[in-house]
Amino acid sequence: MDVNIIRSQFPIFSKKINGKPLTYLDSSNSSQKPLSVISSLDNFYKYEFSNIGRSIHHLAVNATNKFEETRMNVKNFINASSKDEIIFTKNATESINLVANTFGQKNIKMGDEILITDLEHHSNYVPWHYLRATKGAVIKFAPINDDGDLIIEKFKELISSKTKIIAITHLSNVTGTIVPIKEIIEIAKKKNIPVLVDGCQSAPHIKIDVKDLDCDFYAISCHKVYGPTGVGILYAKKKWLEILPPYIGGGGMINEVTKNKITYAPLPEKYEAGTMPTAEVVAFNESIKFMKSIGIENIVRHEKELTNYALEKLKKINSVSIVGNPKNKAGVIAFTIKGIHPHDISTILDEDGVAIRAGHHCCQILHERLNLVATARASIGVYNTKEDIDVLCNAIENCRKVFGFK
Amino acid sequence: MDLKELYKEIILEHGKSPRNFGKCKKYTHEAKGHNPLCGDQVQVYLKLNNKKKVEDLSFEGSGCAISIASTSIMTELVKGKSKDIAKKIVFDFLNMIKSTSEIKSNNLDEDQKMKIMSLSGVKQYPMRVKCATLAWHTLTSAIDEKKEEVNTETID
Repeated sequence: MDVNIIRSQFPIFSKKINGKPLTYLDSSNSSQKPLSVISSLDNFYKYEFSNIGRSIHHLAVNATNKFEETRMNVKNFINASSKDEIIFTKNATESINLVANTFGQKNIKMGDEILITDLEHHSNYVPWHYLRATKGAVIKFAPINDDGDLIIEKFKELISSKTKIIAITHLSNVTGTIVPIKEIIEIAKKKNIPVLVDGCQSAPHIKIDVKDLDCDFYAISCHKVYGPTGVGILYAKKKWLEILPPYIGGGGMINEVTKNKITYAPLPEKYEAGTMPTAEVVAFNESIKFMKSIGIENIVRHEKELTNYALEKLKKINSVSIVGNPKNKAGVIAFTIKGIHPHDISTILDEDGVAIRAGHHCCQILHERLNLVATARASIGVYNTKEDIDVLCNAIENCRKVFGFK
Repeated sequence: MDLKELYKEIILEHGKSPRNFGKCKKYTHEAKGHNPLCGDQVQVYLKLNNKKKVEDLSFEGSGCAISIASTSIMTELVKGKSKDIAKKIVFDFLNMIKSTSEIKSNNLDEDQKMKIMSLSGVKQYPMRVKCATLAWHTLTSAIDEKKEEVNTETID
């Protein structure tokens, strides 16, 4: 792959920040968008716009076909068994809420246990907390070691006869830990416990094969996968979607409505109430094409090389500490600089056109575990280069100068 | 925008060596402040004497250089002032950060005005305004004996 050809597809890289080229290292937060995705949105709104579903005019049929084409390509992208297992949501957060709510209604009662981990983003904790608050469920946190790796033995010990569901991230948005999900799912399957995987960070960076993983639920945010905002994906095994109750009620998700009785639409519409983000779902098809055109193996190789380069260079800078040292690390690099608060780092780096994130990255539990209030985080996307890492390192040196460190 | 306008020497110095850090002796009032967006925490301790004068003022907490420096400078400027004047200084400070960039106050001498003006650069960085204002809101809360924690997301 040629990263310069990839970069040329992203209009944002022609923009200057404070008179300097943009060095975008905040892809874990959200990725930038290739022109094909932006053009698809533009074209759809200009010449193809219609709501999908019920209308039978030309535009509606075309829009519906395109919407369903994305569903089919998502199914292929993550290797699901059927397009009925692909539900479009607002984002991964909504996908997880959908599962917590509907699974909780049906299967969680007082004292039942939900097993998550210390690595989770708030979006894979707060929805389960609702079940703790309303149903008296118990949330258990599987611990990590100081490297940021899940301690599998402890994880096993926390599974009990009361464990009703396991919800776990595929890739930490702080330490970059790639969690051995397949191993976890195998452990869970032996005890017949369903597993939800938060695939927010993994979807743009590693190969996803839900059939091979054998997970029950998999949540994705499309805006992190070079796609538009406002679209998320919930993959769920058909057996669950068939027995779980619907989530949001309204138009589009019903079969028949009378004053006494309502029946629901078949899958996947049962879970897609109201007008969907039509243009955005259609445009996400272009994101999948973009990923496929590069090839996930090439993306993995490129990002691994960049991550190793970044870690090596950052470790050479006096007073920079990398957060976590997991066995298998993706391009998410949280760090601290001795004597400089992450928010100051972020403001000063911005002056050099370097976009990173500072804070707890929606992982307060993890930061508490690591005894950190906040961290700075540089995260890599397929469009990043070694030059980006060099600019980051120079900006960090500059940051230390501003603070009077030698 | 110029970084030197934000990270002035005096800010970096107060950020590294904050004044009046820790609990002051025999404090009569205290309040907590929290910025949930970045996790900054501040606790302000205040000793008001029977003449309603701020006899002592100190703080504890963690945060960025802007937040620590702003809090440190606040404790220096407000200590020794009457309760009512302390609240006026807070008002003048917030006015400077949010709109005027100038400090208009009859309650501070020229040196003190220079010190408080060192924080005016924050106005150019909207995402950092709350770093600078958290402690000042928390001071008002301590003076007014409000029970609930100050939360930057629920104030202007």
